[in-house]
Amino acid sequence: MTQQFYVSPEQLMKDRADFARKGIARGRSVVVISCADGIALIAENPSPSLHKIGEIYDKIAFAAVGKYNEFESLRQAGVRYADVRGYSYDREDVTARGLASVYAQSLGAVFTAEQKPFEVELAVAEVGATQEQDHLYRLTFDGSIADENGFVVMGGLAEQISDVVSGAWEAELTLAGAMRLALRALAADKELEALPATAVEAAVLYRASESHRGSRRAFRRLLPEDMTRLLTEEA
Amino acid sequence: MQDPSNGPLATQATSSFTEHLQRSRPELLPFNQALPAGSVPPSPHATTIVALTYAGGVLMAGDRRATMGNVIASRHIEKVFPADEYSVLGIAGTAGLAIDITRLFQVELEHYEKIEGTLLSLVGKANRLGAMIRGNLPMAMQGMAVIPLFAGFDHVSGVGRLFSYDVTGGRYEEQEHHSVGSGSVFARGALKKLWKPNLSEEAAVAVAVEALYDAADDDSATGGPDPVRQLWPVVYTVNRAGNRRVPERDLAAIAGAIVESRAIAGREA
Repeated sequence: MTQQFYVSPEQLMKDRADFARKGIARGRSVVVISCADGIALIAENPSPSLHKIGEIYDKIAFAAVGKYNEFESLRQAGVRYADVRGYSYDREDVTARGLASVYAQSLGAVFTAEQKPFEVELAVAEVGATQEQDHLYRLTFDGSIADENGFVVMGGLAEQISDVVSGAWEAELTLAGAMRLALRALAADKELEALPATAVEAAVLYRASESHRGSRRAFRRLLPEDMTRLLTEEA
Repeated sequence: MQDPSNGPLATQATSSFTEHLQRSRPELLPFNQALPAGSVPPSPHATTIVALTYAGGVLMAGDRRATMGNVIASRHIEKVFPADEYSVLGIAGTAGLAIDITRLFQVELEHYEKIEGTLLSLVGKANRLGAMIRGNLPMAMQGMAVIPLFAGFDHVSGVGRLFSYDVTGGRYEEQEHHSVGSGSVFARGALKKLWKPNLSEEAAVAVAVEALYDAADDDSATGGPDPVRQLWPVVYTVNRAGNRRVPERDLAAIAGAIVESRAIAGREA
């Protein structure tokens, strides 16, 4: 039997965290912005079919950076959790807070117990009737959870992008304004002024979707042509 | 939430909400109970549903009565529901089970859409509903049958389509029009005379309301229009743009016109 080398718990956790951070830093970024019309979710993602943003429930959306297979399994688990909960209690009883805390537990358990931690960072967004009732949670690979105010930026260039967004973010932003800000922020490391609409994946959680859109499901994916129309009509 | 890192996730992954419940929370399924011997006490039954195609879509209408033996259990019950954006279903039979099966079916379709990122095909939806009705067969053998009617817009062929079911989960595509429930025989007779090809949407709504009126005339378990309580049938239309509930105001006018024309005719039915 081979003798195991002693590794201190501090070192073990630090190694795992560094490993996860490196994985996440390789990925492209995601921006989630709360605005007057709802919550805008924008990811730099050239693929039109492998999504980083998804619908979880009526008012709840999910955005992620990192390894696709890992966050996709988390997204599906989130949809299952929300649907089972909504089916066994009531649709109103599914909240972003409940979902985020389940995610935090899963991520935390994997971080300490498994061979390798998840190389992902997640955002869970819930749109409320008013902007004060919006919830944005950010979850990191070790299961820490943060309740963010106004916007969440995740991914490799989170700090640079966050600087741009925090400089221009205000609660009164319209949806088009939030999209423009996100496109500008996501181009922070590039020669461009702003990313083109084709280079991103975008979605919205509309505020008051029942009265304005006739559906309790607030989530809508914006196709590149929707984005182009949105950006030109309110320029 | 199942731990995604735990076990062979790929083999566990399913896009079906019903399958997921069967594996992880079977007690939540409406039809997964072993009943003891004996007969089930009287429980509310939902009655007549009619559905018909019209130019560019399909519609479904249901009366508002639930009965329990000789008693009217509810005058307000709704038996036609949107299943998702492009389909509707109506239910006849044991109301308690039928409403839960409807809820399960609605979640099933939405769950698939969220997991897969695309809508199920119309026939795929119809088959899922058939599987649920088959799942309910043991309950049906105890006297608690649920018979749905399913209609939706098929984006591939560009027409509205209708599906009926039997108690064993058999699925049958229907042409032109169909009805289920205790008053269905009378509603069907009326539909045969009133339905024409290429009806406009307004005309089709009027045909559905009149067919339910005829069913209520002869079937004590079907409720007619109720001007005292201002209760009208529930009518949903489905076309390329999605489903829409016909507003109460329109239904009041249509039902009023039917009663008036029958009163003027002054004949025995």
